[in-house]
Amino acid sequence: MIEAIINGLSGLGAGLAHMHWSNPVMMAIGCLLLYLGIKKDVEPMLLVPIGFGAVLVNIPLADLMGEEGFLRTIYNMGVTNELFPLLIFIGIGAMTDFGPLLENPKIFLLGAAGQFGIFLTIGLALAFGFDKLDAVAIGIIGACDGPTAIYVTSKYAPHLLGAVSVAAYSYMSLVPVIQPPIMKFLTTEKERAIDMNATNTDNKPVSKEARIIFPIVVTVVGGLIAPQGVPLLATIMLGNLMRECGVVNRLYKASENEIANVVTLLLGISIGATMEGQAFLKGQTLLILAFGFVAICLDTVCGVLFGKLMNLVTGGKINPLIGAAGISAYPMAARVVQREGQKYNKFNFLLMHAVGANTGGQVGSVMAAAIMLSVLKGMGIIP
Amino acid sequence: MDNWTFGLTLMFVGMGGTMTALAFLAILMDLLKRVFPVKEEQKE
Repeated sequence: MIEAIINGLSGLGAGLAHMHWSNPVMMAIGCLLLYLGIKKDVEPMLLVPIGFGAVLVNIPLADLMGEEGFLRTIYNMGVTNELFPLLIFIGIGAMTDFGPLLENPKIFLLGAAGQFGIFLTIGLALAFGFDKLDAVAIGIIGACDGPTAIYVTSKYAPHLLGAVSVAAYSYMSLVPVIQPPIMKFLTTEKERAIDMNATNTDNKPVSKEARIIFPIVVTVVGGLIAPQGVPLLATIMLGNLMRECGVVNRLYKASENEIANVVTLLLGISIGATMEGQAFLKGQTLLILAFGFVAICLDTVCGVLFGKLMNLVTGGKINPLIGAAGISAYPMAARVVQREGQKYNKFNFLLMHAVGANTGGQVGSVMAAAIMLSVLKGMGIIP
Repeated sequence: MDNWTFGLTLMFVGMGGTMTALAFLAILMDLLKRVFPVKEEQKE
């Protein structure tokens, strides 16, 4: 009897005996993510489940990512098959108003320039000796677009999913800190003060028909150009079509609320589950975080420089600051542009123009990923 | 394919392709607005 009690007691606290040094470190990192999400309001919808997932997966012997662990079940349900990021895209499409972009379609080009950081960072990662597909996953952090980064990484470099996702979401939330110094460094005070409402009088309002046809055209044309990216393009555009057509309000509202919320929870906890100490705590992870930072800086540099080029071509009608909004961090990047513009001209309202560039950046990031995947397929790098 | 060739190809085709694709979409959007202009009742 006593022996049985002793044996029984020995089972308690077994986790402590099997603790590897990396587990408490990762638990601390998980708690840091929870702190950032809860206390500092840094992407709380994602950092809270990711942080909690990171804590859970580092409890020894709980085996939550084992064959039958519940985190593994969730992971297999929607990350392995890329379903979760795609469902989130439907929600993003339903939340996004492409009106400001359609009013001034040339702003679309800023959404392309804002993706150059992806490709430049891939080159950089390759130069540092990363494998081709790992470099692609690292570069995609520059899309500034969580679901796109997760989609590409889970498909082609699943072992980097935790690091890439944390980098993507952390830097997205740091856009207000990262971008302003770069914007200031690359532009003159005179450029920053350009009032686009006074210079751009040719913006035309958009009809309901054009708004409805837009997502269909983008899906078909984008799909024909880069078939590998159809899932990404189609889901974001389906969400937007439901928003604009006005006849499926229940589906549109469910997409932007209930579906997006449930999937965000499951996606977040699944990402956290990939942050198991022994796999995560490597020098490579630090390099990935550094490259992610470089990618977002390069996006901003290319966006602002392209804004300067457009300013030159249009005879000074474009405020180059809006180039910084040509990334997918919506609507944060647009708000940063508005704030920076007003510092130099307090009557300047760049917000709607920046929102146009920002939504262009959303389509741009998806398009860039789609083109990248199609080029990789063309080269025979992916099946 | 070596890493340099891969990286440079992806850089040029990727950046060029993204820019061209979005420029094409911008032209299409402009056309779309011309074909479906805002009607008077929508303005009101």
